[in-house]
This record gives sequence, C-alpha cells and structure tokens, in this order.
Amino acid sequence: MALDREDVKNIAQLARLELSDEDIGQYQTDLSNILELVEQMNAVNTDNVQPMAHPTDAVQRLRSDVVTETNQREKYMANAPAQENGLFLVPKVID
Amino acid sequence: MHNLTLTQISQGLEAGDFTSVEITQHFLDRIAALDKNDGGINSFITVTADLALADAKAADERRASGNATKWTGVPFAHKDIFCTDGTLTTCGSKMLGNFVPPYDATVVDNFKKQGAVCLGKTNMDEFAMGSSNETSYFGGVKNPWDKDRIPGGSSGGSAAAVAARLVPAATATDTGGSIRQPAALCGLTGLKPTYGRCSRFGMIAFASSLDQAGPMTRTAEDAAMMLNVMSSFDEKDSTSIDQTVPDYTATLSDDIKGKVIGLPKEYFPENLDPEMAATVRAAISEFEKLGCTIKEVSLPNTHLSIPAYYVVAPAECSANLSRMDGVRFGHRCEDPKDLSDLYCRSRGEGFGEEVKRRVMIGTYALSTGFYDAYYVKAQKIRRLIKDDFMTAFEDVDFIMGPTSPTPAFKAGEKTDDPVAMYLEDAFTIATNLAGLPGMSIPAGKVNDLPVGLQIIGNYWSEAGMLNMAHQFQQATTHHQDCPQGIE
Repeated sequence: MALDREDVKNIAQLARLELSDEDIGQYQTDLSNILELVEQMNAVNTDNVQPMAHPTDAVQRLRSDVVTETNQREKYMANAPAQENGLFLVPKVID
Repeated sequence: MHNLTLTQISQGLEAGDFTSVEITQHFLDRIAALDKNDGGINSFITVTADLALADAKAADERRASGNATKWTGVPFAHKDIFCTDGTLTTCGSKMLGNFVPPYDATVVDNFKKQGAVCLGKTNMDEFAMGSSNETSYFGGVKNPWDKDRIPGGSSGGSAAAVAARLVPAATATDTGGSIRQPAALCGLTGLKPTYGRCSRFGMIAFASSLDQAGPMTRTAEDAAMMLNVMSSFDEKDSTSIDQTVPDYTATLSDDIKGKVIGLPKEYFPENLDPEMAATVRAAISEFEKLGCTIKEVSLPNTHLSIPAYYVVAPAECSANLSRMDGVRFGHRCEDPKDLSDLYCRSRGEGFGEEVKRRVMIGTYALSTGFYDAYYVKAQKIRRLIKDDFMTAFEDVDFIMGPTSPTPAFKAGEKTDDPVAMYLEDAFTIATNLAGLPGMSIPAGKVNDLPVGLQIIGNYWSEAGMLNMAHQFQQATTHHQDCPQGIE
C-alpha cells in the first residue's frame, strides 16, 4: 500500500510525532516500502487459523489486591522535566 | 587477565589468584584505553568505575567472610536497556538521555544478589530497534574484528565489549535477533531463551510479546553461568513462566551422541552466499563427528516471518513508547505552547528516525479499520510459524542453520534502506515469533570475519542447546579466535 503525504501527516499526528515538512517525503517512501513488505502476508490464507497471543498459551496470572509498593514519591518524581509541590507540570489544558 | 573466560575468572577468584578489585581495575583500564578514547570501540554508553570498584571491594570482603557464590566479585556489563537504580539508563535514545531509574530490573537485581560487579552500561540501537547499532543516539559501535564494520545489533555494544575483552560477559536482549546476530558478527556465543524464562521487569519494553533477555559470552560454558543468574520466575512480569531453573552448567558435559539435527531447507536458500553456506555446513558436520545425525526438515512459512514481525513489533512498540510523552520523565521540548505541542515536539525531538518509522507503522497497523488486516493477520501467521517448528521437532532434537545471511557489513552500507536492514534478521525472527529459544555460536570465518551457527531448540531446551554448543566448543577452536590487536 502506497501512502500519500496526507496519510503520513495523519499517522504522525495520531502517533504524536512532529515531523518537519522536508522529512515527510522520505517517511512516505520508507513507510510505503515497509507496508509493501508486510503485505506479503496476504499471500497466505489464514481463515481457519487461531491468532497466537502467547507462545505457550499462558494466561494472565491474578494476584491479591494488596499494597506491595511503599510510597517513594520524591524518588519517582526526580526524573520529571518540570514539577511543583509534588505534581507534574504541563501547559495549561483548560482555560 | 582479560583473556580469561567468565568461568575462569570465577575459579580464579575462588582460588585466590587475584582479587575482585584487581580484575575489576584491569577491565576498567582496558575500557578507558580501548573504548572511551578517540576512535575507540564505543561499546559503553556509561562506565560506572567508582561504583564497580566499591562493589568489587564489598565482594572481596564477602568472599573473606565465607559467603561468596560463583558470581561474587565477577565483572560483567549490562545492556543499557536494563533499568539500574541510580545509574543513567538511556536505551540508546536521546529521549532517555537523562533518565535515572528509581529501581532495578529483576535481571539486574539477580546479579546484585550474587555480588557480581557491573562495570557499566553497553551501547545499543535506539530502543533496541536496529541490526547494526547505527541507530544509537550515542554513536555507532565498531566491530573489533574490523573497525570499519558494524558489530550487529541491537546488542552491538554488549557484543563488541565482550569480543574486545573489555568485559568477560554482558547481558543482552533479543526481539528479532538482537542477541544472536551481533554474537554471530562478533564471533561470540549468544543465547535467546524461551519467552518467559528471564523476567522482563525493568527491561525497557520494545515489543513485549517478543522481547527476551539473554547472555552474550565467549563460550557456551560462560553462557550457562550467565543464564543461571538471569533466569527466574518473577511475579512482577505478567508473562514470566513459573518453570524450574535447572543448573545449566551441570549438563554441559553430557554425551550428545544420537541427537538428531534438522536442517531447514529454507535456511539455506539458493541466494545464500556459498561461502557462508559452506562454513555453516562444515560446522554442522562437526556434530556428525560427535555422533549426531542430520536430517533435512522444512519450515515452509519462514518467508512470512519478516512481514509478520514488521507488524507485531511496530504495533507493540507504538503502544509501549507512548509512555515517552515529555511529562513524567525523559526529554521535554522547550517552551511548549500547549499539551499537544508538548507531546509532538518532545517525541519528534527525542526519537530517532528508525524509532519514528516503527512507531508510525505500528500506529497505522493498529488504527481503526486496519487492526484485523495487519495485527490479527500477523498473529495468525505466528501460529503457522510455530506449527512449522512443532512439526519439525517431532522428528529432530535441534534445528541448525546460519544465524545471519552475511558476516559484518560496513558501517553506512544499509542505513539508507530500512527494508534491506530488516532482511538481516531473516533467519532469527521466526524463533521470536514462536517464542522458542535460539543461540548463535562461532562457526568459522568468511573473509576473516566471524560467521555464526544458529541452534534452535524446543521450548525450555536451553540446557540441551548449551550442552550441544559446549560439546562443539570442546571439539573445535572457533570460539577461541581473537580479533587482531585485542590480545
């Protein structure tokens, strides 16, 4: 499947990635080539095949709903690019 | 001292031939001289010299008090994908260029409990996406066998560091070949275990249904020693499997007579370089001398593994990497004008090109209306690929073939063509899709460059694979070859 420039811009927006205008053409070519590679899958009929979610068909384990972690807020927030009073700072969302 | 294997270092510490501080300092000096200098190998992103020497001192004290294990005081390195409490963990990305994890990965914790000495964090393709280590934000890594060539990827730093005798062993991870291909290209032994063998907790996620940690070493004996520590059941990893961890070193010397080796015709295609094929076949014939029988098998859906992988891996990575949003950790752009601008520019600036390509492919494949055609289709193909292997394992004990289609290529040779780079993993990806264990051991050379023999086993057959590899290495010397200038 060949993507056009608008497709690439739309995908980049969905993925929250800013691309420069001059880079879009290259991504258009690269992504189209990758999709062409991927579409070789269509050559095989898989109508009666069960999708494989886990190699050994393991199922999700459950655990008791109990506290296992101690609060280390300051340590966990030390990587935050911007914070104030123990809260992550982001640009104003609601006027 | 640096030519000692991991096992020999463990024995040397036990015998009191040297202290952990002495051997740690020796390797740190080598890293300073060969890796971090101008024109050096660049296999490390971070060297934790002070921490390593403090740990070595503590290990020597632990040994003096009589509480040492085989690993106490033994130096090694972690791939920079494993979170290390208090030590920079970048995953090869600008996005995490300042990320200091507040916790240890379970694999890291396992080594710490043994008193092992970590020398630092090794270079890698950004978020483990690459087959040449050229996508690292911290620069490419040189292959010690030929510094104009790449070491393979994504665990290229771990492979180059071990090949250059900067560490006796390193951890690595494999999502589509990222342990086995660099092991092959650097003349090493690398093993990707069964999915669920090693905990993924604290191992920065790329494609969660494919990612597995494993060892990068010079010998199978050393890989067994590594796997003993790396393997564990972990409540904190929901896909960890509660399966007994055997002592992988205990069965290395078992007789391999009578084992049946399957050669898939799809792993020896007509366009495979004749010298590559001949080198791999010569290695396999060594197993015949050791009493194994060879049988041709077929894995008819092999050609679908790369197409299926380039749906599954990008889809899962697009979801996993959505946590990098410039809010809680990692790179944040300057002066965001609103929240959307904060996300888009932080991610646009923080991720490299290959990561962006894969995030976009994954976003597209998972978007409304395309999910069934791409992700579900790829998951069905995984089933076909697994079934191929299960049919083959009814007749054979192990499957063998080349690890990669070519030896190490020149830096820059494939960077402009992502699809050409993807084909580098043609023989390794199927085992990740099936969740099977695979390993690569040195098989010989083509044009003076190492070539890897791949050994694929059934689920949980790591001990058997290591046994096969060790017996091969007892009978041959390829694994002892050393790059020029490294001795």
